Amino acid sequence: MTAATTAAAAPGAPVIKVGVQNAFLLVLRRELALSFRRPDQLLQPLVFFLIVTTLFPLGLSVQLSLLRDMAPGVLWVAALLSSLLSLDALFKSDADDGTLEQLALAGQGLYVIVMAKTLAHWLVSGAALVLASPLVGTALAIPEMAFGTMMLSLTLGTLTLSWLGAIGAGLTVGLKRGNVLLSLIVLPLAMPLLIFGAGATDRAISGTSAAGALYLLAALCVLTFTLAPFAATAALRISLE
Amino acid sequence: MNIAPDGLCVEKVHVWRGDRHVLRGVSLAVRAGELMHVSGPNGTGKTTLLRVVSGLLRPENGSVHWQGRSIAAAPAEYQAALAYASHEPALKGDLTALENLRFTVGLKRRVSAAELRSSLDRTGVPGCADLPARVLSAGQRRRVAMARVLAFRADLWLLDEPFTNLDGAGSALVSALLAEHVGRGGVALVVAHHELNVAAQTRRLELA
Repeated sequence: MTAATTAAAAPGAPVIKVGVQNAFLLVLRRELALSFRRPDQLLQPLVFFLIVTTLFPLGLSVQLSLLRDMAPGVLWVAALLSSLLSLDALFKSDADDGTLEQLALAGQGLYVIVMAKTLAHWLVSGAALVLASPLVGTALAIPEMAFGTMMLSLTLGTLTLSWLGAIGAGLTVGLKRGNVLLSLIVLPLAMPLLIFGAGATDRAISGTSAAGALYLLAALCVLTFTLAPFAATAALRISLE
Repeated sequence: MNIAPDGLCVEKVHVWRGDRHVLRGVSLAVRAGELMHVSGPNGTGKTTLLRVVSGLLRPENGSVHWQGRSIAAAPAEYQAALAYASHEPALKGDLTALENLRFTVGLKRRVSAAELRSSLDRTGVPGCADLPARVLSAGQRRRVAMARVLAFRADLWLLDEPFTNLDGAGSALVSALLAEHVGRGGVALVVAHHELNVAAQTRRLELA
Protein backbone atom coordinates (compact mmCIF):
# COMPACT_ATOMS: atom_id res chain seq x y z
CA MET A 1 0.00 0.00 0.00
CA THR A 2 1.40 3.33 -1.00
CA ALA A 3 1.03 6.53 0.92
CA ALA A 4 -1.57 7.76 -1.56
CA THR A 5 -3.69 4.63 -1.10
CA THR A 6 -4.06 5.10 2.60
CA ALA A 7 -4.40 8.84 2.27
CA ALA A 8 -7.15 8.87 -0.34
CA ALA A 9 -9.33 6.10 1.07
CA ALA A 10 -12.29 7.51 2.91
CA PRO A 11 -12.57 6.94 6.66
CA GLY A 12 -14.02 3.58 7.59
CA ALA A 13 -13.15 -0.07 7.30
CA PRO A 14 -10.17 -1.03 5.14
CA VAL A 15 -10.85 -1.90 1.52
CA ILE A 16 -11.33 -5.66 1.15
CA LYS A 17 -10.99 -7.10 -2.32
CA VAL A 18 -13.59 -9.42 -3.79
CA GLY A 19 -12.53 -12.95 -4.77
CA VAL A 20 -13.15 -14.41 -8.22
CA GLN A 21 -15.77 -16.82 -6.91
CA ASN A 22 -17.78 -14.09 -5.22
CA ALA A 23 -17.52 -11.90 -8.30
CA PHE A 24 -18.83 -14.77 -10.44
CA LEU A 25 -21.79 -15.33 -8.11
CA LEU A 26 -22.49 -11.60 -7.94
CA VAL A 27 -22.70 -11.30 -11.73
CA LEU A 28 -24.79 -14.46 -11.97
CA ARG A 29 -27.25 -13.23 -9.33
CA ARG A 30 -27.50 -9.83 -10.94
CA GLU A 31 -28.12 -11.26 -14.41
CA LEU A 32 -30.86 -13.54 -13.07
CA ALA A 33 -32.42 -10.66 -11.13
CA LEU A 34 -32.43 -8.55 -14.28
CA SER A 35 -34.05 -11.37 -16.28
CA PHE A 36 -36.78 -11.94 -13.75
CA ARG A 37 -37.59 -8.23 -13.60
CA ARG A 38 -38.58 -8.54 -17.27
CA PRO A 39 -40.71 -11.71 -17.41
CA ASP A 40 -42.00 -10.81 -20.89
CA GLN A 41 -38.51 -10.90 -22.35
CA LEU A 42 -37.73 -13.99 -20.35
CA LEU A 43 -40.66 -15.91 -21.81
CA GLN A 44 -40.31 -14.81 -25.44
CA PRO A 45 -37.74 -17.44 -26.57
CA LEU A 46 -39.66 -20.17 -24.76
CA VAL A 47 -42.98 -19.20 -26.32
CA PHE A 48 -41.26 -18.96 -29.72
CA PHE A 49 -39.96 -22.50 -29.24
CA LEU A 50 -43.39 -23.81 -28.30
CA ILE A 51 -45.19 -22.06 -31.15
CA VAL A 52 -42.72 -23.02 -33.89
CA THR A 53 -42.75 -26.67 -32.87
CA THR A 54 -46.56 -26.78 -32.69
CA LEU A 55 -46.83 -25.29 -36.17
CA PHE A 56 -45.34 -28.40 -37.71
CA PRO A 57 -47.99 -30.92 -36.59
CA LEU A 58 -50.62 -28.43 -37.72
CA GLY A 59 -49.04 -27.89 -41.13
CA LEU A 60 -48.11 -31.47 -41.93
CA SER A 61 -50.63 -34.16 -42.70
CA VAL A 62 -51.78 -36.09 -39.68
CA GLN A 63 -49.46 -39.03 -40.15
CA LEU A 64 -47.83 -39.99 -36.92
CA SER A 65 -45.01 -41.83 -38.64
CA LEU A 66 -44.09 -38.81 -40.78
CA LEU A 67 -44.24 -36.49 -37.77
CA ARG A 68 -42.12 -38.84 -35.71
CA ASP A 69 -39.49 -39.01 -38.46
CA MET A 70 -39.27 -35.25 -38.66
CA ALA A 71 -39.56 -34.57 -34.93
CA PRO A 72 -35.85 -34.55 -33.97
CA GLY A 73 -34.98 -32.10 -36.76
CA VAL A 74 -37.89 -29.82 -36.01
CA LEU A 75 -37.16 -29.85 -32.29
CA TRP A 76 -33.50 -29.02 -32.77
CA VAL A 77 -33.91 -26.32 -35.39
CA ALA A 78 -36.53 -24.62 -33.22
CA ALA A 79 -34.26 -24.88 -30.15
CA LEU A 80 -31.31 -23.35 -32.02
CA LEU A 81 -33.37 -20.47 -33.39
CA SER A 82 -35.04 -19.64 -30.11
CA SER A 83 -31.70 -19.69 -28.26
CA LEU A 84 -30.35 -17.26 -30.84
CA LEU A 85 -33.23 -14.85 -30.24
CA SER A 86 -32.01 -13.77 -26.84
CA LEU A 87 -28.26 -13.99 -27.55
CA ASP A 88 -28.18 -10.60 -29.20
CA ALA A 89 -28.91 -8.92 -25.86
CA LEU A 90 -26.19 -10.82 -23.97
CA PHE A 91 -23.70 -7.93 -23.90
CA LYS A 92 -25.56 -5.28 -25.84
CA SER A 93 -27.58 -3.65 -23.08
CA ASP A 94 -24.47 -3.44 -20.89
CA ALA A 95 -22.51 -1.93 -23.75
CA ASP A 96 -25.22 0.63 -24.51
CA ASP A 97 -25.56 2.01 -20.99
CA GLY A 98 -21.87 2.04 -20.08
CA THR A 99 -22.05 -0.89 -17.65
CA LEU A 100 -19.65 -2.90 -19.80
CA GLU A 101 -16.91 -0.33 -19.19
CA GLN A 102 -17.48 -0.59 -15.45
CA LEU A 103 -17.32 -4.39 -15.72
CA ALA A 104 -14.11 -4.24 -17.77
CA LEU A 105 -12.54 -1.99 -15.10
CA ALA A 106 -13.85 -3.91 -12.10
CA GLY A 107 -10.47 -5.50 -11.45
CA GLN A 108 -11.92 -8.99 -11.90
CA GLY A 109 -10.91 -9.80 -15.43
CA LEU A 110 -13.58 -9.76 -18.09
CA TYR A 111 -13.25 -13.55 -18.45
CA VAL A 112 -15.05 -14.29 -15.16
CA ILE A 113 -17.80 -11.85 -16.05
CA VAL A 114 -18.29 -13.35 -19.52
CA MET A 115 -18.53 -16.82 -17.95
CA ALA A 116 -21.14 -15.72 -15.42
CA LYS A 117 -23.21 -13.79 -17.94
CA THR A 118 -23.22 -16.67 -20.43
CA LEU A 119 -24.17 -19.20 -17.78
CA ALA A 120 -27.00 -16.92 -16.65
CA HIS A 121 -28.13 -16.65 -20.26
CA TRP A 122 -28.24 -20.42 -20.54
CA LEU A 123 -30.17 -20.79 -17.27
CA VAL A 124 -32.97 -18.53 -18.47
CA SER A 125 -33.02 -19.65 -22.12
CA GLY A 126 -31.49 -23.09 -22.67
CA ALA A 127 -32.50 -24.66 -19.38
CA ALA A 128 -36.06 -23.43 -19.85
CA LEU A 129 -36.16 -25.04 -23.32
CA VAL A 130 -34.93 -28.32 -21.89
CA LEU A 131 -37.65 -28.29 -19.24
CA ALA A 132 -40.33 -27.49 -21.82
CA SER A 133 -39.10 -30.07 -24.32
CA PRO A 134 -41.22 -33.03 -23.05
CA LEU A 135 -44.31 -30.97 -23.85
CA VAL A 136 -43.03 -30.35 -27.37
CA GLY A 137 -41.94 -33.97 -27.65
CA THR A 138 -45.49 -35.09 -26.92
CA ALA A 139 -46.86 -32.73 -29.56
CA LEU A 140 -44.39 -34.14 -32.08
CA ALA A 141 -45.24 -37.75 -31.21
CA ILE A 142 -41.83 -38.56 -29.77
CA PRO A 143 -42.21 -41.67 -27.58
CA GLU A 144 -41.69 -41.17 -23.85
CA MET A 145 -38.78 -43.58 -23.71
CA ALA A 146 -36.77 -41.11 -25.83
CA PHE A 147 -37.41 -38.12 -23.54
CA GLY A 148 -34.34 -38.75 -21.38
CA THR A 149 -31.95 -38.76 -24.33
CA MET A 150 -33.76 -35.83 -25.92
CA MET A 151 -33.43 -33.70 -22.78
CA LEU A 152 -29.81 -34.66 -22.20
CA SER A 153 -28.86 -33.87 -25.79
CA LEU A 154 -30.73 -30.56 -25.64
CA THR A 155 -28.97 -29.65 -22.39
CA LEU A 156 -25.55 -30.23 -23.94
CA GLY A 157 -26.55 -28.58 -27.20
CA THR A 158 -28.05 -25.40 -25.75
CA LEU A 159 -25.08 -25.02 -23.37
CA THR A 160 -22.68 -25.28 -26.31
CA LEU A 161 -24.78 -22.85 -28.27
CA SER A 162 -24.68 -20.31 -25.44
CA TRP A 163 -20.87 -20.47 -25.37
CA LEU A 164 -20.66 -20.17 -29.17
CA GLY A 165 -23.20 -17.38 -29.05
CA ALA A 166 -21.12 -15.46 -26.52
CA ILE A 167 -18.37 -15.18 -29.14
CA GLY A 168 -20.84 -13.92 -31.72
CA ALA A 169 -22.46 -11.53 -29.25
CA GLY A 170 -19.02 -10.19 -28.29
CA LEU A 171 -18.12 -9.60 -31.92
CA THR A 172 -21.38 -7.88 -32.83
CA VAL A 173 -21.86 -5.85 -29.64
CA GLY A 174 -20.82 -2.60 -31.27
CA LEU A 175 -23.17 -2.94 -34.24
CA LYS A 176 -26.55 -1.27 -34.44
CA ARG A 177 -28.36 -4.22 -36.00
CA GLY A 178 -26.06 -7.05 -35.15
CA ASN A 179 -28.61 -9.82 -34.65
CA VAL A 180 -28.62 -10.99 -38.29
CA LEU A 181 -24.83 -11.02 -38.41
CA LEU A 182 -24.84 -12.85 -35.08
CA SER A 183 -26.99 -15.60 -36.61
CA LEU A 184 -24.70 -15.77 -39.64
CA ILE A 185 -21.69 -16.21 -37.36
CA VAL A 186 -23.21 -18.68 -34.92
CA LEU A 187 -25.45 -20.92 -37.05
CA PRO A 188 -22.67 -22.42 -39.23
CA LEU A 189 -20.74 -23.20 -36.05
CA ALA A 190 -23.86 -24.82 -34.63
CA MET A 191 -24.25 -27.31 -37.49
CA PRO A 192 -22.40 -30.14 -35.71
CA LEU A 193 -24.77 -29.62 -32.78
CA LEU A 194 -27.78 -30.04 -35.02
CA ILE A 195 -26.35 -33.14 -36.66
CA PHE A 196 -25.41 -34.95 -33.47
CA GLY A 197 -28.26 -33.60 -31.35
CA ALA A 198 -30.96 -34.57 -33.82
CA GLY A 199 -29.06 -37.82 -34.44
CA ALA A 200 -29.11 -38.71 -30.75
CA THR A 201 -32.82 -38.01 -30.45
CA ASP A 202 -33.49 -39.98 -33.63
CA ARG A 203 -31.66 -43.00 -32.32
CA ALA A 204 -33.49 -42.84 -29.01
CA ILE A 205 -36.80 -42.79 -30.89
CA SER A 206 -35.84 -45.83 -32.93
CA GLY A 207 -34.66 -47.54 -29.75
CA THR A 208 -30.96 -47.83 -30.57
CA SER A 209 -28.10 -46.55 -28.45
CA ALA A 210 -27.49 -42.79 -28.68
CA ALA A 211 -24.29 -42.93 -26.64
CA GLY A 212 -21.94 -42.07 -29.53
CA ALA A 213 -23.77 -38.89 -30.47
CA LEU A 214 -24.15 -37.89 -26.83
CA TYR A 215 -20.42 -38.31 -26.20
CA LEU A 216 -19.66 -36.11 -29.18
CA LEU A 217 -22.10 -33.48 -27.95
CA ALA A 218 -20.49 -33.59 -24.51
CA ALA A 219 -17.05 -33.19 -26.10
CA LEU A 220 -18.24 -30.16 -28.09
CA CYS A 221 -19.72 -28.70 -24.92
CA VAL A 222 -16.44 -29.06 -23.00
CA LEU A 223 -14.47 -27.70 -25.94
CA THR A 224 -16.57 -24.55 -26.25
CA PHE A 225 -16.82 -24.11 -22.47
CA THR A 226 -13.04 -24.02 -22.15
CA LEU A 227 -12.22 -21.94 -25.24
CA ALA A 228 -15.22 -19.76 -26.04
CA PRO A 229 -15.00 -17.46 -22.97
CA PHE A 230 -11.46 -16.49 -24.02
CA ALA A 231 -12.61 -15.72 -27.54
CA ALA A 232 -15.67 -13.82 -26.32
CA THR A 233 -13.52 -11.80 -23.89
CA ALA A 234 -11.10 -10.89 -26.67
CA ALA A 235 -14.02 -9.94 -28.94
CA LEU A 236 -15.50 -7.73 -26.22
CA ARG A 237 -12.18 -6.00 -25.62
CA ILE A 238 -11.96 -5.14 -29.31
CA SER A 239 -15.51 -3.83 -29.22
CA LEU A 240 -14.72 -1.72 -26.13
CA GLU A 241 -11.92 0.05 -27.95
CA MET B 1 12.11 8.60 -19.15
CA ASN B 2 11.29 10.53 -16.05
CA ILE B 3 8.35 8.87 -14.30
CA ALA B 4 6.98 10.37 -11.14
CA PRO B 5 6.95 7.73 -8.40
CA ASP B 6 3.57 8.86 -7.14
CA GLY B 7 0.52 9.78 -9.12
CA LEU B 8 -0.30 9.45 -12.76
CA CYS B 9 2.09 9.94 -15.63
CA VAL B 10 1.11 9.83 -19.29
CA GLU B 11 3.96 9.91 -21.81
CA LYS B 12 3.59 10.86 -25.49
CA VAL B 13 0.37 8.98 -26.15
CA HIS B 14 -0.68 8.58 -29.79
CA VAL B 15 -4.08 7.22 -30.81
CA TRP B 16 -5.43 6.79 -34.32
CA ARG B 17 -9.11 6.26 -35.04
CA GLY B 18 -9.08 4.85 -38.55
CA ASP B 19 -7.29 7.55 -40.53
CA ARG B 20 -7.74 10.20 -37.89
CA HIS B 21 -4.82 10.94 -35.61
CA VAL B 22 -6.86 11.78 -32.50
CA LEU B 23 -4.20 12.05 -29.81
CA ARG B 24 -0.88 13.40 -31.05
CA GLY B 25 1.71 12.77 -28.42
CA VAL B 26 -0.22 13.86 -25.34
CA SER B 27 1.82 13.91 -22.11
CA LEU B 28 0.69 14.81 -18.64
CA ALA B 29 1.63 14.21 -15.03
CA VAL B 30 -0.60 14.51 -12.00
CA ARG B 31 0.82 14.00 -8.52
CA ALA B 32 -1.00 12.83 -5.42
CA GLY B 33 -3.11 15.70 -4.12
CA GLU B 34 -3.57 17.27 -7.54
CA LEU B 35 -6.43 17.62 -9.93
CA MET B 36 -6.05 17.93 -13.68
CA HIS B 37 -8.73 19.58 -15.72
CA VAL B 38 -8.73 18.44 -19.35
CA SER B 39 -10.59 20.78 -21.64
CA GLY B 40 -10.81 21.61 -25.33
CA PRO B 41 -13.30 21.81 -28.19
CA ASN B 42 -15.46 18.85 -29.21
CA GLY B 43 -13.67 16.11 -31.04
CA THR B 44 -10.20 16.82 -29.71
CA GLY B 45 -9.92 13.49 -27.98
CA LYS B 46 -10.73 14.32 -24.35
CA THR B 47 -12.79 11.20 -23.81
CA THR B 48 -10.29 9.17 -25.83
CA LEU B 49 -7.54 10.37 -23.49
CA LEU B 50 -9.60 9.35 -20.47
CA ARG B 51 -10.21 5.91 -21.98
CA VAL B 52 -6.49 5.51 -22.61
CA VAL B 53 -5.71 6.45 -19.01
CA SER B 54 -8.38 4.03 -17.75
CA GLY B 55 -6.79 1.21 -19.74
CA LEU B 56 -9.92 0.57 -21.83
CA LEU B 57 -8.14 1.77 -24.95
CA ARG B 58 -4.57 0.81 -25.74
CA PRO B 59 -2.63 3.63 -27.35
CA GLU B 60 -0.73 2.90 -30.55
CA ASN B 61 2.26 4.58 -29.00
CA GLY B 62 3.20 5.98 -25.61
CA SER B 63 2.67 4.80 -22.05
CA VAL B 64 0.59 5.36 -18.95
CA HIS B 65 2.15 4.89 -15.51
CA TRP B 66 0.43 4.85 -12.14
CA GLN B 67 2.56 5.04 -8.98
CA GLY B 68 5.61 4.47 -11.16
CA ARG B 69 4.30 1.25 -12.75
CA SER B 70 2.96 0.75 -16.23
CA ILE B 71 -0.80 0.19 -16.04
CA ALA B 72 -0.52 -2.67 -18.54
CA ALA B 73 1.85 -4.51 -16.19
CA ALA B 74 -0.63 -4.98 -13.34
CA PRO B 75 -4.12 -4.21 -14.64
CA ALA B 76 -6.01 -5.75 -11.71
CA GLU B 77 -4.08 -3.69 -9.16
CA TYR B 78 -4.50 -0.56 -11.22
CA GLN B 79 -8.21 -1.12 -11.64
CA ALA B 80 -8.60 -1.56 -7.88
CA ALA B 81 -7.19 1.94 -7.43
CA LEU B 82 -9.36 3.41 -10.16
CA ALA B 83 -12.81 5.00 -10.24
CA TYR B 84 -13.96 5.68 -13.78
CA ALA B 85 -17.18 7.53 -14.57
CA SER B 86 -17.98 7.73 -18.28
CA HIS B 87 -20.57 10.16 -19.58
CA GLU B 88 -23.06 7.29 -19.48
CA PRO B 89 -24.16 6.80 -15.86
CA ALA B 90 -23.97 2.98 -16.28
CA LEU B 91 -27.21 2.27 -14.44
CA LYS B 92 -29.64 -0.53 -15.23
CA GLY B 93 -33.18 0.83 -15.42
CA ASP B 94 -34.75 -2.31 -13.96
CA LEU B 95 -32.56 -2.32 -10.85
CA THR B 96 -32.83 0.15 -8.00
CA ALA B 97 -30.07 2.70 -7.49
CA LEU B 98 -28.84 0.72 -4.50
CA GLU B 99 -28.81 -2.59 -6.41
CA ASN B 100 -26.93 -0.92 -9.25
CA LEU B 101 -24.25 0.32 -6.88
CA ARG B 102 -24.11 -2.90 -4.92
CA PHE B 103 -23.30 -4.72 -8.13
CA THR B 104 -20.70 -2.44 -9.70
CA VAL B 105 -19.02 -1.48 -6.43
CA GLY B 106 -19.39 -5.03 -5.08
CA LEU B 107 -17.21 -6.40 -7.87
CA LYS B 108 -14.37 -4.18 -6.77
CA ARG B 109 -14.53 -4.39 -3.01
CA ARG B 110 -16.67 -5.76 -0.23
CA VAL B 111 -19.30 -3.20 0.58
CA SER B 112 -22.34 -3.05 2.86
CA ALA B 113 -25.72 -1.63 1.94
CA ALA B 114 -25.38 0.92 4.75
CA GLU B 115 -22.16 2.21 3.25
CA LEU B 116 -23.74 2.57 -0.18
CA ARG B 117 -26.70 4.36 1.35
CA SER B 118 -24.38 6.82 3.02
CA SER B 119 -22.69 7.46 -0.36
CA LEU B 120 -26.09 8.16 -1.89
CA ASP B 121 -26.77 10.45 1.10
CA ARG B 122 -23.56 12.30 0.39
CA THR B 123 -24.50 12.97 -3.24
CA GLY B 124 -27.95 14.18 -2.28
CA VAL B 125 -30.11 11.34 -3.54
CA PRO B 126 -30.99 9.36 -0.39
CA GLY B 127 -34.62 9.00 -1.50
CA CYS B 128 -33.58 7.32 -4.75
CA ALA B 129 -31.87 4.31 -3.17
CA ASP B 130 -34.87 2.01 -3.52
CA LEU B 131 -36.31 3.40 -6.74
CA PRO B 132 -35.69 1.69 -10.08
CA ALA B 133 -33.08 3.71 -11.98
CA ARG B 134 -35.41 4.13 -14.96
CA VAL B 135 -37.66 6.55 -13.03
CA LEU B 136 -34.75 8.80 -12.01
CA SER B 137 -34.07 12.05 -13.82
CA ALA B 138 -30.84 12.56 -15.75
CA GLY B 139 -29.45 14.71 -12.93
CA GLN B 140 -30.35 12.12 -10.29
CA ARG B 141 -28.65 9.42 -12.36
CA ARG B 142 -25.54 11.55 -12.53
CA ARG B 143 -25.61 11.90 -8.74
CA VAL B 144 -26.01 8.13 -8.32
CA ALA B 145 -23.01 7.65 -10.66
CA MET B 146 -21.08 10.08 -8.45
CA ALA B 147 -22.10 8.07 -5.37
CA ARG B 148 -20.53 5.06 -7.08
CA VAL B 149 -17.28 6.94 -7.60
CA LEU B 150 -17.30 7.77 -3.87
CA ALA B 151 -18.11 4.20 -2.86
CA PHE B 152 -15.22 2.77 -4.90
CA ARG B 153 -12.92 4.53 -2.40
CA ALA B 154 -10.31 4.73 -5.13
CA ASP B 155 -7.17 6.83 -5.29
CA LEU B 156 -7.55 7.85 -8.91
CA TRP B 157 -10.77 9.41 -10.17
CA LEU B 158 -11.33 9.64 -13.91
CA LEU B 159 -14.47 11.66 -14.54
CA ASP B 160 -15.91 12.37 -17.97
CA GLU B 161 -18.11 15.49 -17.92
CA PRO B 162 -19.27 14.96 -14.31
CA PHE B 163 -21.26 18.21 -14.33
CA THR B 164 -23.61 17.31 -17.20
CA ASN B 165 -27.31 17.51 -16.26
CA LEU B 166 -26.52 18.73 -12.74
CA ASP B 167 -28.19 21.75 -11.17
CA GLY B 168 -26.20 24.48 -9.39
CA ALA B 169 -26.22 22.66 -6.07
CA GLY B 170 -25.18 19.44 -7.79
CA SER B 171 -22.22 21.08 -9.51
CA ALA B 172 -21.13 22.65 -6.23
CA LEU B 173 -21.42 19.25 -4.58
CA VAL B 174 -19.25 17.51 -7.20
CA SER B 175 -16.69 20.33 -6.89
CA ALA B 176 -16.67 19.88 -3.10
CA LEU B 177 -16.26 16.12 -3.41
CA LEU B 178 -13.38 16.62 -5.85
CA ALA B 179 -11.71 19.08 -3.48
CA GLU B 180 -12.12 16.64 -0.60
CA HIS B 181 -10.70 13.74 -2.63
CA VAL B 182 -7.70 15.71 -3.79
CA GLY B 183 -7.24 17.17 -0.30
CA ARG B 184 -6.98 13.62 1.05
CA GLY B 185 -4.09 12.94 -1.29
CA GLY B 186 -6.07 11.47 -4.17
CA VAL B 187 -5.56 12.13 -7.87
CA ALA B 188 -8.30 13.31 -10.22
CA LEU B 189 -8.45 13.70 -13.97
CA VAL B 190 -11.58 15.57 -14.99
CA VAL B 191 -12.83 16.19 -18.51
CA ALA B 192 -15.16 19.20 -18.52
CA HIS B 193 -16.16 21.87 -20.99
CA HIS B 194 -16.69 24.69 -18.56
CA GLU B 195 -14.44 26.21 -15.93
CA LEU B 196 -13.83 24.13 -12.83
CA ASN B 197 -14.35 25.85 -9.54
CA VAL B 198 -12.62 23.45 -7.20
CA ALA B 199 -10.77 24.52 -4.09
CA ALA B 200 -7.76 22.32 -4.84
CA GLN B 201 -4.41 22.30 -6.56
CA THR B 202 -5.61 22.34 -10.16
CA ARG B 203 -3.62 21.95 -13.34
CA ARG B 204 -4.98 22.37 -16.75
CA LEU B 205 -4.48 20.57 -20.03
CA GLU B 206 -5.99 22.12 -23.13
CA LEU B 207 -6.33 19.73 -26.06
CA ALA B 208 -6.49 21.27 -29.50
